[in-house]
Amino acid sequence: MSHDGKIIAGVLAPHPPHLVYASNPPQNEPRSEGGWEVLRWGYERLQKSILAKKPDVLLVHSPHWMTTVGHHVLGLPHFKGLSVDPIFPHLFRFHYDLKIDVELSTLIHEEGQKSGLIMKVMKNPDFRIDYGAITSCYLANPAFDIPVVCISSNNSPYYFSNEVGQQQMERLGEATARAIARSGKRAVLLASNSMSHRHFTSEPEIPEDMSKEHIYHHGQYLWDMEILKLMREGRSRELVDCLPEFMDMALAEVKAGALTWMLSSLGFPSYPAEVHAYGSVIGTGNAVVEWDHWTHAQGEVKVSEVRA
Amino acid sequence: MNQLVTACYIVPGLPHPYLAAHRNPGYKKLAEAFQRVREEIQQSQAEYILYFSTQWLTVLGYSFQADPSPEWVLVDHNWHDLGSIRYKMRVDPAFASLYAREVKAMGHTVREVNYKGFPIDTGTVVAHQFLNPDNRLPEAMVSCNMYAEKQETLSIGQAGMRAIEAFGKKVAIVVVTGLSSRYHTDDLPLEKDFLSSQKDDEWNRKILEILGEGRLEDVSEVAREYNRQANADMGFRAIWWLNGLTGKHNSFTGQVHEYQPIYGTGAALVSLKPTQLIRSIPGWVNDEADLVERMDRERDQARAKSATAKSQASGAERPSASPNIVTFEAHARDASEIAASSAPAPVGPYPHAKRVGDFLFLSGVGPRQPGTSEIPGVSFGAEGEVLHHDVVLQTEAVLKNIKAVLDEAKVSTAKIVDVQVYLTDMKRDFQRFNKVYAQYFGVGGAWGCNPTRTTVEVTALPTPICVELKVTAYLGE
Repeated sequence: MSHDGKIIAGVLAPHPPHLVYASNPPQNEPRSEGGWEVLRWGYERLQKSILAKKPDVLLVHSPHWMTTVGHHVLGLPHFKGLSVDPIFPHLFRFHYDLKIDVELSTLIHEEGQKSGLIMKVMKNPDFRIDYGAITSCYLANPAFDIPVVCISSNNSPYYFSNEVGQQQMERLGEATARAIARSGKRAVLLASNSMSHRHFTSEPEIPEDMSKEHIYHHGQYLWDMEILKLMREGRSRELVDCLPEFMDMALAEVKAGALTWMLSSLGFPSYPAEVHAYGSVIGTGNAVVEWDHWTHAQGEVKVSEVRA
Repeated sequence: MNQLVTACYIVPGLPHPYLAAHRNPGYKKLAEAFQRVREEIQQSQAEYILYFSTQWLTVLGYSFQADPSPEWVLVDHNWHDLGSIRYKMRVDPAFASLYAREVKAMGHTVREVNYKGFPIDTGTVVAHQFLNPDNRLPEAMVSCNMYAEKQETLSIGQAGMRAIEAFGKKVAIVVVTGLSSRYHTDDLPLEKDFLSSQKDDEWNRKILEILGEGRLEDVSEVAREYNRQANADMGFRAIWWLNGLTGKHNSFTGQVHEYQPIYGTGAALVSLKPTQLIRSIPGWVNDEADLVERMDRERDQARAKSATAKSQASGAERPSASPNIVTFEAHARDASEIAASSAPAPVGPYPHAKRVGDFLFLSGVGPRQPGTSEIPGVSFGAEGEVLHHDVVLQTEAVLKNIKAVLDEAKVSTAKIVDVQVYLTDMKRDFQRFNKVYAQYFGVGGAWGCNPTRTTVEVTALPTPICVELKVTAYLGE
């Protein structure tokens, strides 16, 4: 088995559709007057950083592809269609055209099964890709010229407890790392999660009216800063340990598991992450954060042979 | 008035009976039950169908389907391997507008959805394919707000009834909801499907027994406990919505058409035919003091405090969370004036109360806590702005403070003859305020008096409170 594959970066890549709307890409039907610039500029810095490393594939774990039985991966080479956000349809009606790295998807499926996880490959050609995955992929690579792997968010372990959910996401992360190693490819992982997630239940008449945008409440902001501090100090193991409390206290979207999956894939790095931006979107906390695994760990993939 | 609601139906929203009936006899029975319900609707006088699906979730208020002919090929995110469903519907946007107008008048955000490719949820699509595949009847759809608790969901249901009356046509109501929603978490051959928990099964059967007796209001009352015990689909909000729409009663003829497991969850089809006239209730007030909702709000506030305490412990500077309230010492210059030590300190140079002839005039009383000036039921943003207030908690605190002043003056609450009420948000708070007020004043009120009252909305009060009362007592016989 070849172990030449590298993870070149892990990214906390939140997916508010507002950021796509504000960017006015030709694929999106609604038009805006801008907005949320700090977060969008952060994504631009991220693009420069990760695209310079010439990744072969982007892997995205999205909370808006919700599955109840197992972890699913897309298993067809090409998906094209219209994705409409059910919550913000006035902001996000995006015509997507995505190439899928089916080979890597299949390897993740295999490695996940070896770890005792329930895994499924999605092969229905009519399937519509969720707006979370599209948003994170677009903001990380607007050209859409790098194949992607989309992984679903399996809600079922969280029926039991946040801790059970976390454990399962750690195993999925390890399985992903092994699959990347086997693939021989240079991979970027996108954890498509916001941070604190309590949001306003109404929106301004002009959605991009930045005079109305702020974090939902101060306690939520403090939680976000606490978590970012751990990221910036390279304390990712501690970070993951306190995520269950963060989920409860700030209704954090990381409950969907993407951040834990990504950090587990990176082997819980002890080097500092780079916070490219932090900002609120309709009251939720969002940060664009990069773990530059190539520079700090030479893309080392910690393959767990024990679990395999 | 004519009966506008021909019947209400509870149906499951998972795609298995539609796409995989051949793989499990239970799914086939559910599909057959759908067919029976379809025939019932077709033979009824219903002129349209109104759907409420727990799978159409919104977080910003409520959405209403307003595309007159939505069509797409649906693939469920989890059950994609069962196949695709190609659908085309006929929606009446006029009803959507009426319903949206009613909900907007309640102060909620509303959205009439008319976008090509908008993702109609699996539950609504499955119900449509079974119940109205040929678009014989126009349809209407309202979303389920995942954050709305019982009282709000009941009110949204009742708003639906007002819209139905404004529309003036006969309607069949279809709520799309599962029962217990604990899925099998591993691969299970569909042929071997079974309820994932015996306890869930027992709860489902009990709920269906009550529904079979037509006791919708009773099921609505036990929905929270059912949810705790059996992990009901979206907290069984659909039942609250239906109960609100129909006016909170048990006057139905119920029939359970089928009950089967779908991947470990409970799925049933039930019809409820009204045996009394269903119409909107004038002056609808949520007449239950909802402790759970209040506890939820208090927990939110505790969460915010938890994070703040954490920052203080780590030495971080804490931004000002609330404005300082400058108070004055309460003075009584003579025997006619009352200064109550157990009431909150005044925020200006005035006594708590003043006796003139046979009357005792109280200064405006707010909800601040005696001693600390803390305001109950309010949370502040980083700039000290009010993020949330709870008029129920504040009204109760106001009344406690009034009692303290009256006690100091040795005057019974029964002597109150006039009350002036100041609210900062009449639209949002009046009904809840009124509910608390009625516990103390009026016939049967705890304070034994029925004073005249004037209620006005004001732009602001001197401190960040949402309610203040000005009371006059008559001391004569």
